[in-house]
Amino acid sequence: MPLTRAVVEELARILGPDGLIHSAEGRLVYECDMHAFYKGAPDVVALPSDAAQVQAIVRLCRREGVPVVPRGSGTGLIGGAMAPAGGVMVGTNRMDRILELDLVNRCATVEPGLINLWLTRAVQDRGWFFAPDPSSQMVSSIGGNVGTNAGGPHCLKYGITVNHVLGLELVTGAGELVRLGGKVAERPGYDLTGVAVGSEGTFGLVTAVTVRLLHVAEAVKTVLASFPDIEAASEAVSAIIAAGIIPAALEMLDDIMIRAINEGSGADYPKGAGAVLLIELDGPAAEVEAQAARCAAICWERGALEVRVARDEAERALLWKGRKEAAGAVGRLAPTYLLQDAVVPRSKLPAIMRELVAIGARHRVQIANVFHAGDGNLHPLILYDDRNPEELERAKAANEELLRACIAMGGTVSGEHGIGLDKAKNLPLEYADADLNFMYRLRGVFDPQRLMNPQKLLPSHPACGEGFRPARPRLPDGAWI
Amino acid sequence: MPGAFTGPDAPDLDALRTCVHCGICVPQCPTYRVLGQEMDTPRGRVYLMRAAAEGRAALTEGFARHLDLCLGCRACETACPSGVRFGELLEGTRAELRRAGPSRRHRLLEALVLAVFPEPARLGAALGLLRAYRRSGLQRAVRASRVLRLLPGLAAMDALLGDVPPAAPLPELIPARGRGRGRVGLLTGCVQRHLYPGVNRDTARLLALAGWDVVVPRAQGCCGALELHAGRTAAFRDRARRLAAVFPEDLDFVVTNAAGCGAAMKEYGEWAPETAWLAARTRDVTQVLAEAELPLGPLPAAVAYHDACHLAHGQRVRQEPRALLARIPGLRLVELADSDLCCGSAGVYNIMEPEVAGRLLEWKVRRIVESGARIVAAGNPGCLLQIARGCRERGVDVEIVHPVELLARAVDRAR
Ligand code: SF4
Ligand code: SF4
Repeated sequence: MPLTRAVVEELARILGPDGLIHSAEGRLVYECDMHAFYKGAPDVVALPSDAAQVQAIVRLCRREGVPVVPRGSGTGLIGGAMAPAGGVMVGTNRMDRILELDLVNRCATVEPGLINLWLTRAVQDRGWFFAPDPSSQMVSSIGGNVGTNAGGPHCLKYGITVNHVLGLELVTGAGELVRLGGKVAERPGYDLTGVAVGSEGTFGLVTAVTVRLLHVAEAVKTVLASFPDIEAASEAVSAIIAAGIIPAALEMLDDIMIRAINEGSGADYPKGAGAVLLIELDGPAAEVEAQAARCAAICWERGALEVRVARDEAERALLWKGRKEAAGAVGRLAPTYLLQDAVVPRSKLPAIMRELVAIGARHRVQIANVFHAGDGNLHPLILYDDRNPEELERAKAANEELLRACIAMGGTVSGEHGIGLDKAKNLPLEYADADLNFMYRLRGVFDPQRLMNPQKLLPSHPACGEGFRPARPRLPDGAWI
Repeated sequence: MPGAFTGPDAPDLDALRTCVHCGICVPQCPTYRVLGQEMDTPRGRVYLMRAAAEGRAALTEGFARHLDLCLGCRACETACPSGVRFGELLEGTRAELRRAGPSRRHRLLEALVLAVFPEPARLGAALGLLRAYRRSGLQRAVRASRVLRLLPGLAAMDALLGDVPPAAPLPELIPARGRGRGRVGLLTGCVQRHLYPGVNRDTARLLALAGWDVVVPRAQGCCGALELHAGRTAAFRDRARRLAAVFPEDLDFVVTNAAGCGAAMKEYGEWAPETAWLAARTRDVTQVLAEAELPLGPLPAAVAYHDACHLAHGQRVRQEPRALLARIPGLRLVELADSDLCCGSAGVYNIMEPEVAGRLLEWKVRRIVESGARIVAAGNPGCLLQIARGCRERGVDVEIVHPVELLARAVDRAR
């Protein structure tokens, strides 16, 4: 149901002349996130500039029964920042201030639209950084990171977003402005911050985030090792972890990915190798030195073709730039791809990689790989051309097989990208009915009318009060993971 | 709905499809930084273009508005890991808008501006009138009058042109000093020639000193950059062919000192294949001087370098000018935050879109003040005009120069 004129006018009054978008062009460009496969244009886009405006929008939408969809930088990969049921999309782009830097207490309070990397830029001169570093960190917003509980290469050592959020200010779906958590980590009562991080806007809209800042390590070393194939590299990963080393990051890229990145960012990854490991170690200088030597030795033992250490900060930065732009650089190889986010137990890495190669061959699709090898979080990109429907079918079939293989090895359907519209239908593969029903009721506590980001995160509920009756363990047709 | 792009210069759907919608370009886009909305980001603009090509969007007033607001600075190209060639897509889309788009609100102003700027003779005449009008004291009367307020574009043009020195033509050949390295042509540029004749003089002097014979064809016209950016592709091809006809084909390089001209010339081959040779030989002056041995005397000063968009993003020239300036004894290059964020000049953008241009200029001046520099160097006359105006209006006492001017001063001090 499109919005009534009265509602649009009231929104315009709340937001001022420049704060509301309802043109055809505006609605069009806000119809999808990076996963452009799922499209759903909002009726209007609101660009509030403070928490009071956000609260007024939510209250109005609640009164009128209008869906509310949050959006940060629109870099999600899950069909999250899109409006399948229309309604009001709330963009946080103009709420991007750092509200407080409290270095004595090692934290900062920021608005949700602040770009992740900009926070680190604001404090790095003084030796601090914000640890969660999703590959999109140069553009994704902290609000979006909180919504999806984003991970990143360095979460192997430092943990994911939820480990770095101390407190939240939230306008709930019921229209209240509440504060969860706070600067002091130890608080009485329920840990509602932990509950709200990763809720993908289904509880309400975050209007401020208090995050932990960390001190930059004394030393950092980045080791690059190339291998003849993915299997050998996977064996090296298992061996490094088995040796008790926890690198800050441990990333793997395959030959297809290396080619795209070398073209895209000018980073100099070894050409002609079947797989490359990017191993970053940080900590006290002596320890880093010893660990780097140990990692190099392990790589040689497992058949590395080349092992080298980034010479200086510039080379290290370029290697990371290449790694972080990987998903964008793949555009050089194919116009469209399916991107997985499945996780397998680390010990199964070599096995799943063998399986992956076989699946690609069976369905005649190219699969590029770039992933967080250290924690078993895979990101296979299944390349296809969306103008060829038959190729899309093959890609989907490969995708489904891949997912089944991961689950069969004891893995999960999503590591760090979130659930969104894309993966909601897969949750019944992992959770029992009782678990899902409980989550559904929890959502209702924050958002009684279920207007906040509808259709995301939880599979659609047949009717209020009824339990889930998911068909298990069969995957729905053409499941996209 | 059939695709809206049917003209000969329309962007290619395959080229539009290289965008994977990752958004990495978004924070680098000046119009996003000012306006904070998706329609005015590179990702949003490519999305609109692709929707038009696929028949999901029409060439409406609203569509045109978001493309008009684009500065054409190409910061998005530098940022894009997928290799999206945004400049070409923009130019092709503007050609389509010109062919089949809505009538444009400010077409009259654009036509007026484009009738003057790319025509050296007309620009010279217009500037002569302007000088006369300044002397007569009319300027204050007109500035105070409602005329300028009604025509924000003219107000912007008036504000830009501070004090205009009279132009002095260069000889057609400036012979190399000392050991000869070869022969280069010099593009004197429409704006450069009339507003900054000193920059052309210094460029020729330095090139000769570096061992190049410098050929300056008197009959040369405009490079056509402004027309290309406005989507007037036929006029642009014409300019390319005429320019290729006045420069001898045996030159080692054709040198420009205006980033906008150089970037456009380097693209000639894409639009008029017979001019590809000229594109291949076009170099920015700092590229040609990079390896030259120049006698440089001391110039103690704190200098900030501003990356002209069409040098940094359009030609990927960033290090050469900095390295050249750093060679001057005593000169200290200070860091300028967001040095490659557009100053709002962007060809005639500051005349067409004074509001967004004004915000960008405001930021640029603030960063300059924070940098503590007393001199700002930039390799494009549009930036020089724009930044000088910004500093003048805010009472910021900073000198704005082309890098070759500093090099020339250092050479003078070496004697
Ligand atoms: S050319 Fe400049 S203004 Fe235009 S979209 Fe690209 S970055 Fe933005
Ligand atoms: S960076 Fe390139 S691929 Fe990514 S959204 Fe921008 S133009 Fe598209």
